[in-house]
Amino acid sequence: MSEDIQESAAEPAYKESALVKFLRATEVDTRMLGMVGALLLIWVGFHVYGQIFNGFGAFLTSRNLWNLSVQTSSIAVMATGMVLVIVTRHIDLSVGSLLGVTAMMMGVLQVWVLPQYLGLGHPMIWVITVIAGIAFGAMIGAFHGYLIAYLGIPAFIVTLGGLLVWRGSAYLVARGETIAPVDNTFKLIGGGPYGTVGSTGTFIVGFLLCVGIVALLVMGRRQRIRFGFPLRPMWAEYLIGAVGSAVVVGVVLVMNSYPWPAGIVRRYAAENNFEVPEGGMFISHGFAIPVLVALAVGVVMTFIATRTRFGRYVFAIGGNPEAAELAGINTKKMTMLIFALMGALTAISAVIASARLNSATNALGQLDELYVIAAAVIGGTSFAGGIGTIYGAILGALVMQSLQSGMVLVGFDAAIQQMVVGGVLVVAVWLDSLYRRKSA
Amino acid sequence: MEQAISPDPNAGKTPLIDMQDISIAFGGIKAVDHASCNLYPGEVVGLLGHNGAGKSTLIKILSGAYPRDSGTIYVDGAEATITNPRHAKDYGIETIYQTLALADNVDAAANLYLGRELLTRWGTLDDAAMEAETRKVMGRLNPNFQRFKDPVKQLSGGQRQSVAIARAIHFNARILIMDEPTAALGPAETEQVGELIKQLKKDGIGIFLISHDIHDVFDLADRVTVMKNGKIVGDARTSDVTKDEVLGMIILGKCPPGATPGPGASTE
Repeated sequence: MSEDIQESAAEPAYKESALVKFLRATEVDTRMLGMVGALLLIWVGFHVYGQIFNGFGAFLTSRNLWNLSVQTSSIAVMATGMVLVIVTRHIDLSVGSLLGVTAMMMGVLQVWVLPQYLGLGHPMIWVITVIAGIAFGAMIGAFHGYLIAYLGIPAFIVTLGGLLVWRGSAYLVARGETIAPVDNTFKLIGGGPYGTVGSTGTFIVGFLLCVGIVALLVMGRRQRIRFGFPLRPMWAEYLIGAVGSAVVVGVVLVMNSYPWPAGIVRRYAAENNFEVPEGGMFISHGFAIPVLVALAVGVVMTFIATRTRFGRYVFAIGGNPEAAELAGINTKKMTMLIFALMGALTAISAVIASARLNSATNALGQLDELYVIAAAVIGGTSFAGGIGTIYGAILGALVMQSLQSGMVLVGFDAAIQQMVVGGVLVVAVWLDSLYRRKSA
Repeated sequence: MEQAISPDPNAGKTPLIDMQDISIAFGGIKAVDHASCNLYPGEVVGLLGHNGAGKSTLIKILSGAYPRDSGTIYVDGAEATITNPRHAKDYGIETIYQTLALADNVDAAANLYLGRELLTRWGTLDDAAMEAETRKVMGRLNPNFQRFKDPVKQLSGGQRQSVAIARAIHFNARILIMDEPTAALGPAETEQVGELIKQLKKDGIGIFLISHDIHDVFDLADRVTVMKNGKIVGDARTSDVTKDEVLGMIILGKCPPGATPGPGASTE
């Protein structure tokens, strides 16, 4: 208490560079800036590499970026849940297998069971399937959580067991058969030319996102004024709003500049009885539905993690489990709920993955657990517990997927791809620990 | 011998807390063995004993951190059910643990309100309101404190201590348990905690002060209860005994004439 005086007196004497002042005024997370920088480096790097060695830079094309967004969705959805699991000092190795068995269960339900009662192509099939799948995933997750919290088995062991058990059950569900094709409406959740919201829809989504960004800034400022807290300078508020909206507009334009292939346009025209004009027609993809699903999951999970008691308790438990217990938090129930949430999110990923593949196979989601954990960790989630962000994990998933598809585009061997991904993971965590040691 | 004991100022009053015949065993070790003690409003009771005498364990039973094997706890004369920390808080029992029990990765406001968050009318966390309240409380306890946005991990020992104290007194505690409250503090900060205890005492709050060091406690406490090997050695008003006599109780389990002997007193 006596040393406070010296500490607070020492602060103004500390000389700040323009950059530090800028970062302080805008309150931007420098770690996130670093990740965005790394992401841009990867994108430009692969593009230039392709231009130089293959004569064609394929990475920074609307087609590739659109595909990248779809490929990232499934991992990103699970990574948001993995953040909470790792923040509370647990781990979930079973998500890949859980995805597999949930996809198989949903496949059987919508292809073999429901059409018998409702008739093939009934509009309720996909609704029932998705709800049943999410309930199924949440139940298995809750079961894992129960074993971890109430029986005291370490999460590593429970979910390692789960990895084997659920992969095996995925096989048993249909004795290894591939179940295809899935319900026509269900299929749209996986993306593909029809599984998009088109150009107008994309503009609407983009507009809503911009409105959301501005609303958050205004509300935040109003709250601070209400309680007399220090405010961001006005120019910083405008800058954040402008940069945020510019990013949204940029993404919208990229998504809208990828047209349907000519064949799809012809089929669509034939189905809808109109003539394709001379020279073809430009029909935009726009946002793919799985991307919007992942975006919605990201928004909801960010809300849960930062604005609700549940989220606050997750981080408190991660920071000091004993203190959380002594503060009256039911940590066992919390653990069970966190794993149930992880299971539910895995089921959403199972919907996306099997819809995208237009089938359910027992190998679906293999090795996904490693990509999901890597995405969360690259996104800044600390294994020591208590630290992690949802948007970080989504960015982490994007980094992982960019590396993966970038290497495919420039034609690296599968063997090299694995080695690079593994190396990047280790280096990323090393850089992160350096950053933390410096900023702590 | 009877004349040595001064008249009991608590005679006829109902104790705030009355713990009767409390026992708990971990494996084969009886950490607390049929211990009884009590606390009256506006009273400071020093709970003394060596490291491992069972004082922290006894107090963790009161604060709901450990479930007791046997015995009864009365609050205001009525039997109380305390099997987890939430129950204890419902009775107005607040604890400042030796380890402070802070979630290191979140800020002061989040720690102050941990488990009792203020919510907006939409059921979301009202961080601004919590921070505003925290600024008020901390302003009273530690006027120089300004680091409301930093995780408590980055605060000094004294600052962390004041966050833990703020948390305990902010919710209208009636019974305050302080486990080695000054162990991590310098002389000036220890002085400040002493002042705080006197203030709280004036407000009619009952305080259990736990320490292995008699010097920390003797001047602040109205009464001392001494434990040894999980048993109560005895109970004495600080006006009836000397520091050396209390030291004899702690080390040898020997009860002086001014004390009321308990089951743990040595019989010579």
